Amino acid sequence: MSRAALLVLADGRFPAGGHAHSGGAEPAVAAGRIKDAATLESFCRGRLHTTGLVAAALAAAAAAGCDPLLLDDAADARTPVPALRQVARRLGRQMMRAARATWPDPALDALAAARPRGAHQPVVLGLAARSAGLSPQDAAYAVAYESLSGPATAAVRLLSLDPFDATAVLAHLAADVDRVAEQGAAAGERVAAEGADVLPAASAPLLDITAEAHAAWPVRLFAS
Amino acid sequence: MTLALPPRTAPATTAPSPAGLRATARIVARADADGTTRLPVLDGDGPFALRRLRAHGGPARVCVVGAMSAPLGGDRLAIEVTAEAGSALHLTAAAATVALPGRTGEPAHYDVRLTVGEGARLEWLPEPLISAAGSDLRMTTTVELAATARLVLREEQVLGRSGEPTGALRSRLTVRRAGRTLLDQETAYGPGAPGWDTSAVLGGHRAVGQLLVVTPEFEDAPAEVRLLGAAADQPHRGRPSGDQRPDAQGVLAPLAGPGALATAVAPDGLRLRRLLDEAARGPGG
Amino acid sequence: MHLDHHETFPERHTYSAAAPVRADGRRRALRIGLGGPVGTGKTATVAALCRALRDELSLAVVTNDIYTREDAEFLLREAVLPAERISAVETGACPHTAIRDDISANLEAVEDLEDTVGPLDLILVESGGDNLTATFSKGLVDFQIFVIDVAGGDDIPRKGGPGVTTADLLVINKTDLAPYVGVDLAGMARDAKAQRGELPVAFTALKTENGVRPVSDWVRARLADWTAGPA
Repeated sequence: MSRAALLVLADGRFPAGGHAHSGGAEPAVAAGRIKDAATLESFCRGRLHTTGLVAAALAAAAAAGCDPLLLDDAADARTPVPALRQVARRLGRQMMRAARATWPDPALDALAAARPRGAHQPVVLGLAARSAGLSPQDAAYAVAYESLSGPATAAVRLLSLDPFDATAVLAHLAADVDRVAEQGAAAGERVAAEGADVLPAASAPLLDITAEAHAAWPVRLFAS
Repeated sequence: MTLALPPRTAPATTAPSPAGLRATARIVARADADGTTRLPVLDGDGPFALRRLRAHGGPARVCVVGAMSAPLGGDRLAIEVTAEAGSALHLTAAAATVALPGRTGEPAHYDVRLTVGEGARLEWLPEPLISAAGSDLRMTTTVELAATARLVLREEQVLGRSGEPTGALRSRLTVRRAGRTLLDQETAYGPGAPGWDTSAVLGGHRAVGQLLVVTPEFEDAPAEVRLLGAAADQPHRGRPSGDQRPDAQGVLAPLAGPGALATAVAPDGLRLRRLLDEAARGPGG
Repeated sequence: MHLDHHETFPERHTYSAAAPVRADGRRRALRIGLGGPVGTGKTATVAALCRALRDELSLAVVTNDIYTREDAEFLLREAVLPAERISAVETGACPHTAIRDDISANLEAVEDLEDTVGPLDLILVESGGDNLTATFSKGLVDFQIFVIDVAGGDDIPRKGGPGVTTADLLVINKTDLAPYVGVDLAGMARDAKAQRGELPVAFTALKTENGVRPVSDWVRARLADWTAGPA
């Protein structure tokens, strides 16, 4: 198995539906909380260390071979608003489609059969990483990075932000991504022995609140 | 009162913390044959004095009276509450809890353990927890619910007393119902919690809270999503208007099981309570 | 009990998106994409096709809007189909990405329509208004129609671009406006022929009686071939 599979999985062009989601950036832009590269960076740092960390750990645990249905329940308990649970499942279903075409594996088929409306996206991604021969830490990296790249790409479209500035934001946060991927992987690898309670549960109240507000907007550019 | 955080010394791994207080308050509510709730165990300890209040035919009522400023760094405090099958217990507090720095720089621990039996009802409605500058508190709230148990739980955190920065406050709320985890959330604010003071987490707000309701009725009729405060305002199309004062906002939403959770952020504790009260009242007000 | 997913749905997530057979063994609906620049009449063509075909076929529409639901709401207002047969896909401000580079959300919308209102004969997938480069992925649709109009200038067929040159049908709409905008329809036809070789071109004026007829006839012919094809 090749480590280069990580580049395929983490590529923003991996066709798993992410391009239509802003990761909470659209409501944050509308409220004036993201208005330039500096405020984008702050938003991304907050998202990375909260929901990004939880997602990274879930993905690492799935990549380590934990029961994906147990992880799916743990993801539900850590996602208190239905808008974000639905988004996670929609994206999980889209990730599943792309993963089964890219790295066919009976484990993916089994999860697709058990959760036909989609499992939480990080769980599917972690399982896809496993199918691709990647490590739990690789899966955690892919998810941690994705928790930044989604809002950053959306901010470029929403604010006409200079794409070089947005990319620099991603680079500034590289050490934070390292830290979150390591924490997530460490927690994810403990789940098999100690149960899902060792998964982090970091919450971001404003992401929860604004996700439901955004879901009620009559018109919007991004699905979430 | 502002206590300066003492210089950090090498952690003493063997010696017990000299300043640390160990205290566990215990309450057990039990239903009589006629349905009245008695309190066979009502044991205050350390900073927790427990006062039974007059109940008018409803649930047994207990108020936690803070007998001293607590918790301080190094303290290990706990409250254990059990509402046995068929009982009803309403718990409040007389005043806010203020987390303060200790003499050693060690974190304080405060653990709340709530157990609610079949057909029992527990209302846990303490006053806010205020994280004073320089304090370091690790809090856990762990709830075990039987399948037919009912719970109302409020949790409010105020980051810093008036005009001061917040201390470090890490708080985990875990709710299990019939052996399955219904809600698991950790908040981490202040020094040592990366990303907490950002627009994805608090957006400049200094008070954050939750109101959780778990009841078997939600099994068939889940709560409907309700936006609270400024979250209900429609966004402007076009360019947003520069810097804005943060407006209190929140959402009441169904969990993936039979529970509803209101989450709110506000500039201060007063406006936070207003939103959580709005969530509790229901759409009609 | 889990409150978020108590419904049961057949297993899906087929990754061979282009296969003509659904997971349950039935032949899936024919999928036709409609793309083209803003304002040329894509949504009006979809509406006219629905009116022309809805009595003889089981139809559904997927829209890809710039803003969430505007085209879908137009179709609903016009009452061309019942609401459950119209599905809107959000595109994150990039409609061409959703129909070409990452088709997963559109595939889901198509499959969900077949599951909830199916069986269906035909699904029209409408792209958000885009430029001349937009094309549909073969993983999403079986045929694509590119809609331009005379008001956009008679040099568009000559300019070409993937939509004009490769679409299975090029529709040149609003021919009734040709005299007012000084457009030479014969010249447009010649340019289109030069760009497209044997691929067909349809001139339409949707405001006129049966104005969509050249397009609806072409769709009927594609559907006849599809139905006759090996399952």
